[in-house]
Amino acid sequence: MKTQYQRAWLFVTPVLLLVAFNALIPMMTVVNYSVQETFGDNLFFWQGLDWFEQVLRSERFHNALGRQFLFTFLILIIEVPLGVAIALAMPRKGFWVPVCLVTMALPMLIPWNVVGAMWNIFTLPDIGLLGYLMNHTLGIPYDMTQDPVAAWVTIIVMDVWHWTSLVVLLAYAGLVSIPYAYYQAAEIDAASNWAVFRYIQLPKMKTVLTIAILLRFMDSFNIYTEPFVLTGGGPGNSTTLLSIDLVKIALGQFDLGPAAAMSLIYFAITLLASWLFYTLMTKNDNKS
Amino acid sequence: MAQIKLSGLRHSYRPDPQGEADYALKKIDLTWEDGGAYALLGPSGCGKSTLLNIISGLLVPSEGKILFNDQDVTSLAPAKRNIAQVFQFPVIYDTMTVYDNLAFPLRNRGRDEDVVERRVTAIAEMLEVTEMLKTRASNLSPDNKQKISMGRGLVREDVNVVMFDEPLTVIDPHLKWKLRSKLKELHQRVRATMIYVTHDQTEALTFADQVVVMQDGEVVQIGTPVELFERPAHTFVGHFIGSPGMNVLPCEMKDGAAFFGGERVVLEGPAEVGGAAEIGIRPEFVSLSSNGTGIAARVRKVADIGRHKVVEAIVHDTRVHAILEGEAPNAGDAVRLDFKPSQTRLYKDGWLTSRPGEGTR
Repeated sequence: MKTQYQRAWLFVTPVLLLVAFNALIPMMTVVNYSVQETFGDNLFFWQGLDWFEQVLRSERFHNALGRQFLFTFLILIIEVPLGVAIALAMPRKGFWVPVCLVTMALPMLIPWNVVGAMWNIFTLPDIGLLGYLMNHTLGIPYDMTQDPVAAWVTIIVMDVWHWTSLVVLLAYAGLVSIPYAYYQAAEIDAASNWAVFRYIQLPKMKTVLTIAILLRFMDSFNIYTEPFVLTGGGPGNSTTLLSIDLVKIALGQFDLGPAAAMSLIYFAITLLASWLFYTLMTKNDNKS
Repeated sequence: MAQIKLSGLRHSYRPDPQGEADYALKKIDLTWEDGGAYALLGPSGCGKSTLLNIISGLLVPSEGKILFNDQDVTSLAPAKRNIAQVFQFPVIYDTMTVYDNLAFPLRNRGRDEDVVERRVTAIAEMLEVTEMLKTRASNLSPDNKQKISMGRGLVREDVNVVMFDEPLTVIDPHLKWKLRSKLKELHQRVRATMIYVTHDQTEALTFADQVVVMQDGEVVQIGTPVELFERPAHTFVGHFIGSPGMNVLPCEMKDGAAFFGGERVVLEGPAEVGGAAEIGIRPEFVSLSSNGTGIAARVRKVADIGRHKVVEAIVHDTRVHAILEGEAPNAGDAVRLDFKPSQTRLYKDGWLTSRPGEGTR
């Protein structure tokens, strides 16, 4: 149906202005850089789509993108099931509910660079609690500044520690909203625990889990601060994720054109993946 | 199918009940006969849902026993009791089709797929949902969802008792009547013991052969709808059933005769109590006297509710309702009221004390 209420546009204007100033206008400058070359002195030369072509053909970009997908895939596959499992194990009423909720929320309240610094110290081979324990007590060689595998394990574990709570809290919210009668009916229907999870809890959690996965996807795909503080992208380039690589190009090498092109490609990938995922997850809801 | 016996049942939600007030259920002794249609009627919070959950095994009573065919099931899990329960809000498994919903209780119990198909088809036929079997259950309307919940209860052939916990709460009024008659029809076809919990007297009286009226965790009366209407065992039942409820009038007992505001009222029969008591008479049995006898009253309000008129009259500051057919007086008129002696009962401390017999004139 077509609505004729034109005045609505007036009320949207403040939001449009706000979004324009904090997102659209800065982004247009990036678009501007991405098609030009500069040698300083505010002199710009038209470059067309060369930078985009260069980025898309560059092996360095392919590798960073591959690492980025691997990282996001690993943390999603760990955090989502783990978060759901913890939410299922949490008490539904009584004294322990607020205790669990607050404990769960704590890691999320810590600033991201502090998380990176904490884990950096935590894993130092000779003085960090974990590093010392691994190397000197258990005798397992562990040094994330030297060993790429150790570095990867560390950033994954750090992200799981930092963000599983988000999945837990969302899943828990979905779980407590299930009316008790569902469990009673399932009990009478002789449903197994697995059947209760599969046919009652999981369907009722679907909406919040969609949001949880979407948020975790976007955040982990754009992650910068924590791995930057923890490993700085090393050893070598082994933990150089897309954002770290981008900052290296933009601020380290000061290649503004290629960096701008890369950030636009980066943005397009994130947007496309989120849109695809959301559309697929909610496709069945509108069918009747 | 089974006879269900509750013996010495008490339940408190507190771990350390101190006095009577801490008990949601106060001592219940009750037998539900095999194949009966029962209603459990009472106001919200009277303990009827608690009682239901104890029978289904979702709650374990603080004291007492539940017997199914003389077998003690007090500590048995709900799945083992072979009972079915339909809840206030329809419980359906969203991701399954209607067919899978109905098949769920059978599949969980490991029945063969051909048995499942036979039962589901039969139940769908009975509930008139055959053409919906392939649709996803989440897309159904609330009344159809509730039908599916009922169907999941009835699909097992050996079910001991089917319990309904205010099942029509979320159903549109015009569909309530349809579902109610469907339920009655189902009871006649499957002959399972059915217990229907409600606070709606119409639902209870139309569904049940026997109605159990509860108040404050106690059973006040068990009887057929006619018995509850004609001889309420307690003034609460008189109030709760009927619209408007029974007139309960304060009276004085002297030498076996009842005096209401100084005037003598003829009772249905003898009542051996003295002092202050209450006369109970249904508005249906109060009429206007045409020959100058009867109790003097003043009409305060007349409500025309279609088939008959409800007259509210004042006698000695006490309100008396009368249901009249045809001609009715106007507000403000002085009238005389006649109580039908065979329907005039005496209550002492709320409980019925008069016995039917020769009127004490």
